[in-house]
Amino acid sequence: MTNSEVERPIITVIDYQAGNIRSVEKALEKSGASVKVSGKASDLEKSDAVVFPGQGSCDSSMVNLRNQGLDEVLVEWINSGKPFMGVCLGLQLLLEESDEGDERGLGVLEGRVEKLPEGQKVPHMGWNSVRFTTDHPVFKGVSQNSYFYFVHSYIAVPKASSIIAGHTEYGRDFCSAVAFDNVVAVQFHPEKSGENGLNIYKNFVSYVESSS
Amino acid sequence: MLTKRIIPCLDVDAGRVVKGVSFVNLRDAGDPAELASYYDAQGADELVFLDITASSDSRETILSVVEDVSEQVFIPLTVGGGIRTVTDVRKILESGADKVSLNTAALKDPDVISQAANRFGSQCIVVAIDAKRTSSSNFDESSSQHFDPTSLSLSQESTWEVFTHGGREPTGIDVVKWSLMAEELGAGEILLTSMDADGHENGYDIQLLREVSESVNIPVIASGGAGTLDHFREAVEEGMADAVLAASIFHFGTFDIGDVKDYLGSCGIPVRPVGNLA
Repeated sequence: MTNSEVERPIITVIDYQAGNIRSVEKALEKSGASVKVSGKASDLEKSDAVVFPGQGSCDSSMVNLRNQGLDEVLVEWINSGKPFMGVCLGLQLLLEESDEGDERGLGVLEGRVEKLPEGQKVPHMGWNSVRFTTDHPVFKGVSQNSYFYFVHSYIAVPKASSIIAGHTEYGRDFCSAVAFDNVVAVQFHPEKSGENGLNIYKNFVSYVESSS
Repeated sequence: MLTKRIIPCLDVDAGRVVKGVSFVNLRDAGDPAELASYYDAQGADELVFLDITASSDSRETILSVVEDVSEQVFIPLTVGGGIRTVTDVRKILESGADKVSLNTAALKDPDVISQAANRFGSQCIVVAIDAKRTSSSNFDESSSQHFDPTSLSLSQESTWEVFTHGGREPTGIDVVKWSLMAEELGAGEILLTSMDADGHENGYDIQLLREVSESVNIPVIASGGAGTLDHFREAVEEGMADAVLAASIFHFGTFDIGDVKDYLGSCGIPVRPVGNLA
Protein backbone atom coordinates (compact mmCIF):
# COMPACT_ATOMS: atom_id res chain seq x y z
CA MET A 1 0.00 0.00 0.00
CA THR A 2 1.22 3.48 -0.82
CA ASN A 3 0.21 6.74 0.74
CA SER A 4 -1.00 8.00 -2.59
CA GLU A 5 -4.66 7.37 -1.79
CA VAL A 6 -5.41 11.08 -2.04
CA GLU A 7 -3.85 11.29 -5.48
CA ARG A 8 -5.82 8.46 -6.95
CA PRO A 9 -8.36 9.67 -9.47
CA ILE A 10 -11.94 9.30 -8.34
CA ILE A 11 -13.95 7.15 -10.69
CA THR A 12 -17.67 6.71 -10.23
CA VAL A 13 -19.11 3.39 -11.34
CA ILE A 14 -22.73 3.99 -12.21
CA ASP A 15 -25.05 1.75 -10.23
CA TYR A 16 -28.44 1.29 -11.86
CA GLN A 17 -29.15 -2.33 -10.87
CA ALA A 18 -27.65 -3.80 -13.99
CA GLY A 19 -25.29 -6.64 -13.45
CA ASN A 20 -22.06 -7.45 -11.72
CA ILE A 21 -20.79 -4.05 -10.66
CA ARG A 22 -18.60 -5.40 -7.92
CA SER A 23 -16.03 -6.89 -10.28
CA VAL A 24 -15.81 -3.61 -12.20
CA GLU A 25 -15.21 -1.84 -8.89
CA LYS A 26 -12.51 -4.32 -7.85
CA ALA A 27 -10.76 -4.20 -11.21
CA LEU A 28 -10.66 -0.39 -11.19
CA GLU A 29 -9.35 -0.36 -7.62
CA LYS A 30 -6.63 -2.79 -8.62
CA SER A 31 -5.85 -0.49 -11.54
CA GLY A 32 -5.16 2.45 -9.26
CA ALA A 33 -8.45 4.30 -9.00
CA SER A 34 -10.39 5.42 -5.99
CA VAL A 35 -13.79 3.98 -6.81
CA LYS A 36 -17.21 5.15 -5.82
CA VAL A 37 -20.20 3.01 -6.75
CA SER A 38 -23.22 5.26 -6.95
CA GLY A 39 -26.58 5.75 -8.55
CA LYS A 40 -26.85 9.38 -7.48
CA ALA A 41 -26.35 12.20 -9.94
CA SER A 42 -24.90 14.41 -7.20
CA ASP A 43 -21.98 12.05 -6.68
CA LEU A 44 -20.71 12.69 -10.19
CA GLU A 45 -19.71 16.25 -9.27
CA LYS A 46 -16.78 14.96 -7.23
CA SER A 47 -15.66 12.48 -9.88
CA ASP A 48 -12.81 12.66 -12.33
CA ALA A 49 -14.33 9.99 -14.56
CA VAL A 50 -17.36 7.78 -15.04
CA VAL A 51 -17.49 4.09 -15.80
CA PHE A 52 -20.84 2.93 -17.07
CA PRO A 53 -21.10 -0.88 -16.83
CA GLY A 54 -24.11 -3.10 -17.31
CA GLN A 55 -25.59 -6.41 -18.27
CA GLY A 56 -29.17 -7.28 -18.98
CA SER A 57 -31.79 -5.71 -21.15
CA CYS A 58 -31.68 -2.27 -22.76
CA ASP A 59 -35.28 -1.42 -21.91
CA SER A 60 -35.24 -2.13 -18.19
CA SER A 61 -31.85 -0.48 -17.86
CA MET A 62 -32.98 2.69 -19.61
CA VAL A 63 -36.06 2.78 -17.38
CA ASN A 64 -33.83 2.44 -14.31
CA LEU A 65 -31.56 5.20 -15.56
CA ARG A 66 -34.46 7.55 -16.14
CA ASN A 67 -36.03 6.75 -12.79
CA GLN A 68 -32.76 7.61 -11.11
CA GLY A 69 -32.46 10.79 -13.18
CA LEU A 70 -29.20 9.55 -14.63
CA ASP A 71 -29.95 9.57 -18.35
CA GLU A 72 -29.57 13.33 -18.82
CA VAL A 73 -26.72 13.51 -16.33
CA LEU A 74 -24.74 10.95 -18.29
CA VAL A 75 -25.30 12.77 -21.57
CA GLU A 76 -24.19 16.02 -19.93
CA TRP A 77 -21.12 14.30 -18.56
CA ILE A 78 -20.17 12.97 -21.98
CA ASN A 79 -20.72 16.37 -23.58
CA SER A 80 -18.60 18.04 -20.91
CA GLY A 81 -15.50 16.30 -22.27
CA LYS A 82 -14.62 14.44 -19.09
CA PRO A 83 -13.43 10.80 -19.36
CA PHE A 84 -16.17 8.23 -19.82
CA MET A 85 -15.97 4.50 -20.28
CA GLY A 86 -18.88 2.22 -21.17
CA VAL A 87 -18.78 -1.54 -20.68
CA CYS A 88 -21.05 -4.07 -22.43
CA LEU A 89 -24.57 -2.64 -22.06
CA GLY A 90 -22.76 0.63 -21.30
CA LEU A 91 -21.70 0.65 -24.94
CA GLN A 92 -25.08 -0.33 -26.34
CA LEU A 93 -26.98 2.32 -24.38
CA LEU A 94 -24.92 5.06 -26.05
CA LEU A 95 -26.79 4.43 -29.29
CA GLU A 96 -30.17 5.75 -30.33
CA GLU A 97 -32.35 2.67 -30.42
CA SER A 98 -32.34 -1.06 -30.00
CA ASP A 99 -33.89 -4.15 -31.57
CA GLU A 100 -34.17 -5.43 -28.04
CA GLY A 101 -36.94 -3.08 -27.00
CA ASP A 102 -38.80 0.15 -27.46
CA GLU A 103 -36.97 2.47 -25.11
CA ARG A 104 -34.66 5.00 -26.72
CA GLY A 105 -31.02 4.86 -25.75
CA LEU A 106 -28.92 7.82 -24.63
CA GLY A 107 -28.41 8.73 -28.28
CA VAL A 108 -24.85 9.97 -27.85
CA LEU A 109 -23.91 7.84 -30.82
CA GLU A 110 -25.82 7.62 -34.06
CA GLY A 111 -26.86 4.07 -34.81
CA ARG A 112 -28.77 1.17 -33.36
CA VAL A 113 -28.38 -2.01 -31.37
CA GLU A 114 -29.09 -5.15 -33.38
CA LYS A 115 -29.55 -8.80 -32.54
CA LEU A 116 -26.66 -11.10 -33.34
CA PRO A 117 -27.32 -12.95 -36.61
CA GLU A 118 -28.92 -16.38 -36.45
CA GLY A 119 -26.89 -19.48 -36.99
CA GLN A 120 -24.79 -19.58 -33.85
CA LYS A 121 -25.48 -19.88 -30.17
CA VAL A 122 -26.77 -16.91 -28.27
CA PRO A 123 -25.54 -15.41 -26.00
CA HIS A 124 -22.12 -14.95 -27.54
CA MET A 125 -20.36 -16.19 -24.43
CA GLY A 126 -16.66 -16.70 -23.91
CA TRP A 127 -13.26 -15.42 -25.00
CA ASN A 128 -12.99 -13.90 -28.43
CA SER A 129 -10.32 -11.83 -30.12
CA VAL A 130 -10.44 -8.12 -30.85
CA ARG A 131 -8.82 -6.47 -33.85
CA PHE A 132 -8.09 -2.95 -32.72
CA THR A 133 -8.29 -0.07 -35.17
CA THR A 134 -7.48 2.82 -32.87
CA ASP A 135 -4.57 4.65 -31.33
CA HIS A 136 -6.60 5.81 -28.35
CA PRO A 137 -4.42 5.70 -25.19
CA VAL A 138 -6.92 3.42 -23.40
CA PHE A 139 -5.96 0.60 -25.78
CA LYS A 140 -2.24 1.30 -25.67
CA GLY A 141 -0.03 -1.77 -25.36
CA VAL A 142 -2.92 -4.18 -25.84
CA SER A 143 -1.85 -6.75 -28.40
CA GLN A 144 -3.60 -6.93 -31.71
CA ASN A 145 -6.09 -9.82 -31.79
CA SER A 146 -5.77 -10.50 -28.09
CA TYR A 147 -8.63 -12.17 -26.25
CA PHE A 148 -11.38 -10.72 -24.08
CA TYR A 149 -14.41 -12.17 -22.35
CA PHE A 150 -17.77 -11.50 -23.98
CA VAL A 151 -21.35 -12.17 -22.83
CA HIS A 152 -24.05 -10.58 -24.93
CA SER A 153 -26.90 -11.25 -27.34
CA TYR A 154 -27.01 -7.87 -29.08
CA ILE A 155 -24.39 -5.74 -30.82
CA ALA A 156 -23.82 -2.05 -31.28
CA VAL A 157 -23.98 -0.90 -34.89
CA PRO A 158 -22.80 2.73 -34.96
CA LYS A 159 -23.35 4.73 -38.12
CA ALA A 160 -19.93 6.34 -38.22
CA SER A 161 -17.32 3.68 -38.86
CA SER A 162 -14.62 6.18 -37.94
CA ILE A 163 -15.38 5.81 -34.23
CA ILE A 164 -15.11 2.01 -34.25
CA ALA A 165 -12.00 1.09 -32.29
CA GLY A 166 -12.23 -2.69 -32.30
CA HIS A 167 -13.73 -5.47 -34.40
CA THR A 168 -14.72 -8.99 -33.41
CA GLU A 169 -16.13 -11.90 -35.39
CA TYR A 170 -19.15 -13.92 -34.29
CA GLY A 171 -21.44 -14.83 -37.13
CA ARG A 172 -20.52 -11.44 -38.55
CA ASP A 173 -17.93 -8.78 -38.00
CA PHE A 174 -19.19 -6.49 -35.26
CA CYS A 175 -18.07 -3.43 -33.36
CA SER A 176 -16.50 -4.56 -30.08
CA ALA A 177 -15.05 -1.18 -29.10
CA VAL A 178 -15.59 2.50 -29.85
CA ALA A 179 -13.39 5.49 -29.09
CA PHE A 180 -14.08 9.14 -29.81
CA ASP A 181 -13.19 12.35 -28.00
CA ASN A 182 -13.43 11.62 -24.27
CA VAL A 183 -15.47 8.43 -24.70
CA VAL A 184 -14.37 4.82 -24.90
CA ALA A 185 -16.74 1.88 -24.71
CA VAL A 186 -16.28 -1.84 -25.11
CA GLN A 187 -18.65 -4.73 -25.71
CA PHE A 188 -16.48 -7.19 -23.77
CA HIS A 189 -15.84 -7.28 -20.04
CA PRO A 190 -12.35 -6.02 -19.20
CA GLU A 191 -13.00 -6.89 -15.54
CA LYS A 192 -13.34 -10.54 -16.57
CA SER A 193 -10.57 -10.61 -19.15
CA GLY A 194 -7.54 -11.26 -16.97
CA GLU A 195 -4.37 -9.25 -17.59
CA ASN A 196 -5.52 -7.88 -20.94
CA GLY A 197 -8.62 -6.45 -19.33
CA LEU A 198 -6.78 -5.01 -16.35
CA ASN A 199 -4.40 -3.30 -18.78
CA ILE A 200 -7.34 -1.48 -20.33
CA TYR A 201 -8.55 -0.29 -16.93
CA LYS A 202 -5.01 0.76 -15.98
CA ASN A 203 -4.77 2.69 -19.23
CA PHE A 204 -8.12 4.31 -18.51
CA VAL A 205 -6.94 5.37 -15.04
CA SER A 206 -3.78 6.89 -16.60
CA TYR A 207 -5.92 8.61 -19.21
CA VAL A 208 -8.08 10.07 -16.43
CA GLU A 209 -4.96 11.27 -14.61
CA SER A 210 -3.63 12.96 -17.73
CA SER A 211 -7.02 14.54 -18.47
CA SER A 212 -7.61 16.14 -15.06
CA MET B 1 -12.98 -16.37 -33.35
CA LEU B 2 -14.86 -17.50 -30.26
CA THR B 3 -12.67 -19.98 -28.40
CA LYS B 4 -13.65 -23.14 -26.58
CA ARG B 5 -13.40 -22.66 -22.83
CA ILE B 6 -11.45 -24.89 -20.46
CA ILE B 7 -12.91 -24.78 -16.97
CA PRO B 8 -11.52 -26.34 -13.79
CA CYS B 9 -14.10 -27.11 -11.10
CA LEU B 10 -13.29 -26.79 -7.41
CA ASP B 11 -15.29 -28.25 -4.56
CA VAL B 12 -15.65 -25.92 -1.60
CA ASP B 13 -16.67 -27.14 1.86
CA ALA B 14 -17.21 -24.54 4.60
CA GLY B 15 -14.99 -22.04 2.80
CA ARG B 16 -12.13 -24.40 2.01
CA VAL B 17 -11.30 -26.17 -1.22
CA VAL B 18 -11.42 -29.91 -0.73
CA LYS B 19 -9.89 -32.45 -3.08
CA GLY B 20 -7.74 -29.50 -4.12
CA VAL B 21 -4.42 -29.37 -5.84
CA SER B 22 -1.92 -31.41 -3.87
CA PHE B 23 1.03 -31.74 -6.21
CA VAL B 24 2.39 -28.23 -6.38
CA ASN B 25 3.85 -25.92 -3.80
CA LEU B 26 0.98 -23.76 -2.74
CA ARG B 27 1.17 -21.93 0.53
CA ASP B 28 -2.29 -23.21 1.32
CA ALA B 29 -3.81 -25.81 -0.97
CA GLY B 30 -7.22 -25.26 0.57
CA ASP B 31 -7.35 -21.53 -0.03
CA PRO B 32 -9.89 -20.80 -2.79
CA ALA B 33 -8.27 -17.53 -3.83
CA GLU B 34 -4.81 -19.06 -4.10
CA LEU B 35 -6.11 -21.96 -6.16
CA ALA B 36 -8.11 -19.60 -8.35
CA SER B 37 -4.94 -17.60 -9.04
CA TYR B 38 -3.08 -20.81 -9.76
CA TYR B 39 -5.57 -21.88 -12.40
CA ASP B 40 -5.85 -18.37 -13.79
CA ALA B 41 -2.08 -18.33 -14.33
CA GLN B 42 -2.35 -21.70 -16.12
CA GLY B 43 -4.81 -20.23 -18.57
CA ALA B 44 -8.18 -21.33 -17.18
CA ASP B 45 -10.90 -19.50 -19.09
CA GLU B 46 -13.37 -19.60 -16.25
CA LEU B 47 -13.70 -21.14 -12.81
CA VAL B 48 -16.52 -23.11 -11.26
CA PHE B 49 -16.82 -23.36 -7.50
CA LEU B 50 -19.17 -26.03 -6.28
CA ASP B 51 -20.27 -25.44 -2.70
CA ILE B 52 -20.66 -28.85 -1.09
CA THR B 53 -21.10 -27.51 2.43
CA ALA B 54 -23.50 -29.79 4.21
CA SER B 55 -24.12 -27.79 7.36
CA SER B 56 -26.50 -24.90 6.97
CA ASP B 57 -24.53 -22.94 9.61
CA SER B 58 -21.60 -22.72 7.24
CA ARG B 59 -23.52 -21.90 4.11
CA GLU B 60 -22.83 -18.19 4.24
CA THR B 61 -19.08 -18.83 4.11
CA ILE B 62 -19.32 -19.27 0.34
CA LEU B 63 -20.11 -15.56 0.11
CA SER B 64 -16.81 -14.53 1.67
CA VAL B 65 -15.02 -17.06 -0.53
CA VAL B 66 -16.54 -15.43 -3.60
CA GLU B 67 -15.57 -12.00 -2.32
CA ASP B 68 -11.97 -13.05 -1.74
CA VAL B 69 -11.64 -14.71 -5.11
CA SER B 70 -13.27 -11.91 -7.08
CA GLU B 71 -10.88 -9.37 -5.57
CA GLN B 72 -7.89 -11.28 -6.81
CA VAL B 73 -8.84 -13.15 -9.96
CA PHE B 74 -10.35 -11.35 -12.92
CA ILE B 75 -11.85 -14.16 -14.95
CA PRO B 76 -15.46 -15.38 -14.89
CA LEU B 77 -16.53 -17.22 -11.78
CA THR B 78 -19.53 -19.53 -11.53
CA VAL B 79 -20.82 -20.69 -8.17
CA GLY B 80 -23.12 -23.66 -7.70
CA GLY B 81 -24.38 -25.89 -4.93
CA GLY B 82 -27.18 -25.26 -2.49
CA ILE B 83 -28.57 -22.20 -4.25
CA ARG B 84 -32.32 -22.35 -3.70
CA THR B 85 -33.96 -18.97 -4.05
CA VAL B 86 -33.67 -15.76 -5.99
CA THR B 87 -32.33 -14.20 -2.80
CA ASP B 88 -29.54 -16.79 -2.74
CA VAL B 89 -28.77 -15.91 -6.35
CA ARG B 90 -28.64 -12.21 -5.55
CA LYS B 91 -26.30 -12.72 -2.59
CA ILE B 92 -23.88 -14.81 -4.62
CA LEU B 93 -23.84 -12.32 -7.51
CA GLU B 94 -23.43 -9.35 -5.16
CA SER B 95 -20.44 -11.08 -3.61
CA GLY B 96 -18.74 -10.96 -6.99
CA ALA B 97 -19.71 -14.14 -8.84
CA ASP B 98 -20.58 -13.78 -12.52
CA LYS B 99 -22.91 -16.72 -12.78
CA VAL B 100 -24.80 -19.04 -10.52
CA SER B 101 -25.53 -22.61 -11.31
CA LEU B 102 -28.93 -24.01 -10.34
CA ASN B 103 -29.64 -27.70 -10.11
CA THR B 104 -32.06 -29.25 -7.62
CA ALA B 105 -33.81 -25.96 -6.88
CA ALA B 106 -34.58 -25.48 -10.56
CA LEU B 107 -36.10 -28.94 -10.77
CA LYS B 108 -38.22 -28.41 -7.69
CA ASP B 109 -39.39 -25.02 -8.87
CA PRO B 110 -38.53 -24.12 -12.47
CA ASP B 111 -39.84 -20.60 -11.88
CA VAL B 112 -36.62 -19.89 -10.00
CA ILE B 113 -34.87 -19.95 -13.39
CA SER B 114 -37.19 -17.41 -14.97
CA GLN B 115 -37.32 -15.19 -11.90
CA ALA B 116 -33.55 -15.11 -11.59
CA ALA B 117 -33.08 -14.64 -15.35
CA ASN B 118 -35.59 -11.79 -15.49
CA ARG B 119 -33.99 -10.06 -12.57
CA PHE B 120 -30.29 -10.58 -13.27
CA GLY B 121 -30.17 -11.56 -16.93
CA SER B 122 -29.87 -14.93 -18.61
CA GLN B 123 -26.13 -14.51 -18.93
CA CYS B 124 -25.65 -15.28 -15.25
CA ILE B 125 -27.99 -18.25 -14.94
CA VAL B 126 -26.47 -21.66 -15.54
CA VAL B 127 -28.68 -24.72 -15.21
CA ALA B 128 -26.70 -27.76 -14.11
CA ILE B 129 -28.08 -31.09 -15.24
CA ASP B 130 -26.92 -34.46 -13.92
CA ALA B 131 -27.77 -37.03 -16.58
CA LYS B 132 -27.82 -40.79 -16.37
CA ARG B 133 -28.60 -43.29 -19.10
CA THR B 134 -32.02 -44.77 -18.59
CA SER B 135 -32.79 -48.35 -17.80
CA SER B 136 -36.05 -49.74 -19.10
CA SER B 137 -37.69 -49.69 -15.66
CA ASN B 138 -37.56 -45.90 -15.66
CA PHE B 139 -40.05 -45.58 -18.46
CA ASP B 140 -42.84 -46.19 -15.97
CA GLU B 141 -45.24 -43.27 -16.11
CA SER B 142 -45.46 -43.10 -12.33
CA SER B 143 -41.77 -42.21 -12.12
CA SER B 144 -42.49 -38.63 -13.12
CA GLN B 145 -42.38 -36.71 -9.88
CA HIS B 146 -42.14 -33.01 -10.33
CA PHE B 147 -43.89 -31.92 -13.47
CA ASP B 148 -46.78 -32.16 -15.75
CA PRO B 149 -46.03 -35.69 -16.92
CA THR B 150 -46.99 -34.95 -20.49
CA SER B 151 -44.23 -32.42 -20.98
CA LEU B 152 -40.98 -33.56 -19.45
CA SER B 153 -41.31 -37.15 -18.36
CA LEU B 154 -39.30 -39.99 -19.80
CA SER B 155 -40.68 -41.70 -22.86
CA GLN B 156 -39.68 -44.69 -24.93
CA GLU B 157 -37.35 -42.40 -26.87
CA SER B 158 -35.58 -41.11 -23.78
CA THR B 159 -31.96 -42.07 -23.42
CA TRP B 160 -31.03 -40.01 -20.37
CA GLU B 161 -32.82 -39.24 -17.14
CA VAL B 162 -32.22 -36.23 -14.90
CA PHE B 163 -30.88 -37.21 -11.48
CA THR B 164 -30.31 -35.15 -8.36
CA HIS B 165 -28.28 -35.58 -5.19
CA GLY B 166 -25.09 -36.59 -6.92
CA GLY B 167 -26.78 -39.13 -9.13
CA ARG B 168 -28.70 -40.93 -6.37
CA GLU B 169 -32.20 -39.57 -6.88
CA PRO B 170 -34.04 -40.22 -10.15
CA THR B 171 -36.58 -37.61 -11.22
CA GLY B 172 -38.38 -39.29 -14.09
CA ILE B 173 -37.49 -36.31 -16.25
CA ASP B 174 -35.99 -36.52 -19.72
CA VAL B 175 -32.66 -34.69 -20.02
CA VAL B 176 -33.21 -33.24 -23.48
CA LYS B 177 -36.71 -32.01 -22.65
CA TRP B 178 -35.48 -30.45 -19.43
CA SER B 179 -32.62 -28.74 -21.28
CA LEU B 180 -35.07 -27.19 -23.71
CA MET B 181 -37.33 -26.07 -20.91
CA ALA B 182 -34.41 -24.54 -19.00
CA GLU B 183 -33.49 -22.56 -22.10
CA GLU B 184 -37.06 -21.43 -22.57
CA LEU B 185 -37.23 -20.29 -18.95
CA GLY B 186 -34.17 -18.13 -19.44
CA ALA B 187 -31.09 -20.19 -18.65
CA GLY B 188 -28.04 -18.74 -20.38
CA GLU B 189 -26.00 -21.90 -20.32
CA ILE B 190 -26.22 -25.60 -19.48
CA LEU B 191 -23.66 -27.45 -17.40
CA LEU B 192 -24.19 -31.04 -18.43
CA THR B 193 -22.70 -33.81 -16.31
CA SER B 194 -22.84 -37.44 -17.26
CA MET B 195 -23.24 -39.40 -14.03
CA ASP B 196 -22.29 -42.56 -15.93
CA ALA B 197 -19.00 -41.11 -17.11
CA ASP B 198 -18.15 -38.98 -14.09
CA GLY B 199 -15.13 -40.23 -12.17
CA HIS B 200 -14.24 -42.97 -14.64
CA GLU B 201 -11.86 -40.96 -16.82
CA ASN B 202 -13.02 -42.90 -19.88
CA GLY B 203 -14.24 -39.86 -21.73
CA TYR B 204 -17.29 -37.64 -21.79
CA ASP B 205 -20.65 -39.06 -22.87
CA ILE B 206 -20.38 -37.75 -26.42
CA GLN B 207 -23.83 -38.84 -27.53
CA LEU B 208 -25.42 -37.02 -24.59
CA LEU B 209 -23.43 -33.86 -25.27
CA ARG B 210 -24.27 -33.86 -28.92
CA GLU B 211 -27.94 -34.48 -28.40
CA VAL B 212 -28.32 -31.66 -25.90
CA SER B 213 -25.99 -29.27 -27.70
CA GLU B 214 -27.87 -29.69 -30.96
CA SER B 215 -31.24 -29.31 -29.24
CA VAL B 216 -30.64 -26.03 -27.46
CA ASN B 217 -29.32 -22.72 -28.76
CA ILE B 218 -27.39 -21.77 -25.61
CA PRO B 219 -23.85 -22.85 -24.75
CA VAL B 220 -23.32 -26.30 -23.24
CA ILE B 221 -20.48 -27.11 -20.84
CA ALA B 222 -19.36 -30.75 -20.95
CA SER B 223 -18.67 -32.36 -17.59
CA GLY B 224 -17.78 -35.82 -16.33
CA GLY B 225 -15.34 -38.33 -17.70
CA ALA B 226 -12.22 -36.48 -18.85
CA GLY B 227 -9.16 -38.72 -18.60
CA THR B 228 -7.03 -38.03 -21.65
CA LEU B 229 -6.32 -35.01 -23.81
CA ASP B 230 -8.25 -36.54 -26.64
CA HIS B 231 -11.37 -36.71 -24.49
CA PHE B 232 -11.47 -32.92 -24.54
CA ARG B 233 -11.23 -32.90 -28.32
CA GLU B 234 -14.04 -35.47 -28.58
CA ALA B 235 -16.28 -33.37 -26.35
CA VAL B 236 -15.78 -30.31 -28.54
CA GLU B 237 -15.58 -31.84 -32.01
CA GLU B 238 -17.98 -34.75 -31.69
CA GLY B 239 -20.05 -33.64 -28.71
CA MET B 240 -20.35 -30.05 -29.99
CA ALA B 241 -19.63 -28.73 -26.50
CA ASP B 242 -18.88 -25.02 -26.14
CA ALA B 243 -16.79 -25.52 -23.04
CA VAL B 244 -15.22 -28.43 -21.18
CA LEU B 245 -15.07 -28.79 -17.43
CA ALA B 246 -12.88 -31.13 -15.44
CA ALA B 247 -11.81 -31.51 -11.85
CA SER B 248 -9.59 -34.37 -10.76
CA ILE B 249 -7.28 -34.57 -13.76
CA PHE B 250 -6.36 -30.92 -13.20
CA HIS B 251 -6.15 -31.24 -9.43
CA PHE B 252 -4.00 -34.37 -9.63
CA GLY B 253 -1.77 -32.73 -12.19
CA THR B 254 -2.35 -35.37 -14.85
CA PHE B 255 -2.54 -32.43 -17.25
CA ASP B 256 -2.51 -28.74 -16.76
CA ILE B 257 -4.76 -26.34 -18.61
CA GLY B 258 -1.93 -25.44 -20.96
CA ASP B 259 -1.55 -29.07 -22.03
CA VAL B 260 -5.22 -29.22 -22.94
CA LYS B 261 -5.03 -25.95 -24.85
CA ASP B 262 -1.89 -26.99 -26.72
CA TYR B 263 -3.52 -30.25 -27.72
CA LEU B 264 -6.82 -28.73 -28.80
CA GLY B 265 -4.92 -26.02 -30.68
CA SER B 266 -2.92 -28.69 -32.52
CA CYS B 267 -6.23 -30.28 -33.56
CA GLY B 268 -7.35 -26.98 -35.06
CA ILE B 269 -9.80 -26.12 -32.26
CA PRO B 270 -9.75 -22.43 -31.32
CA VAL B 271 -8.51 -21.83 -27.77
CA ARG B 272 -7.37 -18.73 -25.94
CA PRO B 273 -3.59 -18.93 -25.68
CA VAL B 274 -2.17 -19.38 -22.19
CA GLY B 275 -0.85 -16.11 -20.81
CA ASN B 276 -3.84 -14.31 -22.23
CA LEU B 277 -1.88 -12.70 -25.03
CA ALA B 278 -2.47 -12.93 -28.71
